[in-house]
Amino acid sequence: MKNKGHPKIRPLSRRAWLHLAGVSSLSGPVVLDGQDVKVRSHQGLKVEPDRLGSAMGVVGKVSTEFFDPTCFLRSWNFSDLPPTERARFYRETPRANGTLLREYEFFAVDRDVEIAPGVFFPAWTYNGQVPGPTIRATAGDQMRIRFVNQGSHPHTIHFHGWHPPGMDGSLSGHQVMPGDSFLYEFEAEPFGLHLYHCHASPLKRHIHKGLYGVFIVDPPNESARVPADELVLVLNGFDTNFDAENEVYAANTVASFYMEEPIRVRVGQLVRMYVVNMTEFDLINSLHLHGMFFDVLRTGTGLSASESTDTIMLCQGERAILETTFRYQGDFMFHAHQSEFAELGWMGMFRAEERPGA
Amino acid sequence: MLDIGVQLRDLRFWLLALLPVCLLTCVLGLLFWAELGDAIRGEDYPPLEELIFQKVELSPEGFSATVFNDGPNPVTIAQLQIDDAYWSFAADPVGAVSHLGQATLTIPYPWVHGETHVLRLVTSTGATFDHEVAVAVSTPKADARFLGIFTLIGLYVGVIPVAIGLLWLPFVKQVGRKGLDFLLALTVGLLLFLLVDAVHDGFEAASRAPGSYQGIALFLFVALAAFVGLEVVGDRLRRSRLTAGMVEGSGWVLALLVATGIGLHNFGEGLAIGAAFALGEVSLGMVLIVGFALHNTTEGLAIVAPLANEKVRLGQLVQLGVLGGAPTIVGAWIGGLLYSPIWSVVCLAAGTGAIAQVVLQLGRQVVGGAPFARQMTSRPVAAGLLAGVVVMYVTGLVVG
Repeated sequence: MKNKGHPKIRPLSRRAWLHLAGVSSLSGPVVLDGQDVKVRSHQGLKVEPDRLGSAMGVVGKVSTEFFDPTCFLRSWNFSDLPPTERARFYRETPRANGTLLREYEFFAVDRDVEIAPGVFFPAWTYNGQVPGPTIRATAGDQMRIRFVNQGSHPHTIHFHGWHPPGMDGSLSGHQVMPGDSFLYEFEAEPFGLHLYHCHASPLKRHIHKGLYGVFIVDPPNESARVPADELVLVLNGFDTNFDAENEVYAANTVASFYMEEPIRVRVGQLVRMYVVNMTEFDLINSLHLHGMFFDVLRTGTGLSASESTDTIMLCQGERAILETTFRYQGDFMFHAHQSEFAELGWMGMFRAEERPGA
Repeated sequence: MLDIGVQLRDLRFWLLALLPVCLLTCVLGLLFWAELGDAIRGEDYPPLEELIFQKVELSPEGFSATVFNDGPNPVTIAQLQIDDAYWSFAADPVGAVSHLGQATLTIPYPWVHGETHVLRLVTSTGATFDHEVAVAVSTPKADARFLGIFTLIGLYVGVIPVAIGLLWLPFVKQVGRKGLDFLLALTVGLLLFLLVDAVHDGFEAASRAPGSYQGIALFLFVALAAFVGLEVVGDRLRRSRLTAGMVEGSGWVLALLVATGIGLHNFGEGLAIGAAFALGEVSLGMVLIVGFALHNTTEGLAIVAPLANEKVRLGQLVQLGVLGGAPTIVGAWIGGLLYSPIWSVVCLAAGTGAIAQVVLQLGRQVVGGAPFARQMTSRPVAAGLLAGVVVMYVTGLVVG
């Protein structure tokens, strides 16, 4: 410490993070001079920092008219819809034993979804969106999901959780033909973080075309989890050219969406992430959060964390509840720690603020 | 009355010519208007997308790629990946690329010298089109230095080897009838090998060219045109010499034709070298240079072989050397600066046709007036043919 006082290192701007993420590994040292981030390059590369920073990632913006990943984060049981509209898809009725009867209207429909700016994937969807609407109940609630197949192929809904075999939606006899409907009915058990997906054959295609969603079962009220800012993150991928490899990876469908629109959270508030891996073709997916650690509740079937880490690995269908509290104000990147997935779209940013929107 | 009659007949004549054309236009119009294609395929038919990389240039700032739409439908390039990572780019023009249209993509990217990079376009429908930059090196810029380097390459590949080959002339003059037969046959063998090689290169280039341009047909017919064209030119030259009373000199005409043919062929070679540099394959370019230089020395021999019985001035020899070798320089310039798969097919085809014509000319010379089969199976000729092919094969083998 030859200098008097503290070295002047300003908090990194988001652009600076981009430099670090996209450039430092390729082009050598990044020098912070207190004014700007300068990128020293190899091979006589003379790329302006601004230009290089914007070089990584997708070009343009997706339309959020039909699916808004920011809205999806904190929506369950159709809470994103206005009340009258919501009533068409979701009703809850108290039962004598203190639990609820939850009734859902689901439909399968073919729709082109924009998975990266200007790239449209011919998806099969639940209720017109990928992932399908998140459903959420408390352990012991009675679930009743009416499913209408408006798609072009036979589909089902296969829920993870306790249910009788007739409700499994997996055997060929369970397939709901186009134009037909089926009523799935079971008790929400066990509490934890689950999922649902189509189990019609061929399974691989029905899943990678977009028929999956999140099914959260909260612990019974007497042992409810502490309140938190809760977020749903579905790790998924899209094989746009049908070569059994994903061209686009994402958290919640849209490549690099949260890089442009960071997930806003509050410093000091508990954040609870419901992370479900639905990636097809690849053996595993992962989530790494920069600059901090989180508690892991695998499958969410317990009330206490099993580990504290900054990177978790999930195979397809595997899921975990992650809990953390942002300590510092600013931008924190999160992405798959398979660099390939990250650079193909599975990369985002949290923006921690003292007060939301400040 | 007579006039009107004639006019009417004229009118009828033209109407008869135009009637089928009009009908055809109507039918085509009807097809488009009725959208018959949709009726056959059904609605909602996925568009056929086909993009071809025409040119990829590397500069310290990144890549610049020219992309050609070889499919029937407009294609929108929505995203771009480099080595499985989305990367930003600017397209010119912006928006969909129409049938036979092209767009230039500018991609700022810190590419790694000497390593491989794969560019992948993702269209609005999610279709992907790849291009591999096998060995990343800076693409030469079209400045004086660039032209200088390519001139040098042209000299090394075309002019100097051919000139060295021409120095066999005094030797050729002393070998006698059998020796000359052998040398001419050797030349035919060399050129036959080149011909096969050229056809192969041409087909390869044709397969790389966008399908809309029907590369194989283009190659074959341009080659045929070059062949016929040179036959006509050769015939005229010979006749003008005959009428001018120069009975001697058929050897000079033949040498001139051989030089022209070889020149056209070398132009194609220059193009290939220049294009290899333009496509970022400098290492391939170097192999080509060494290979062509070795091959081309024998071309000089091919040019002087018909001059065994001629009086040749030094100026004429220089003329032949320039005709045979210098086109390599021009080819390298054009290949390096204006590379396009279609033009390379055309140029390779012209070279191939020229070689074929030269082979025929030399064959005639070898045969002379004797029956073809007997002359071809004479010992010096058979040995020469075989030797020519072997020399080319072995030099090719050694060079890689």
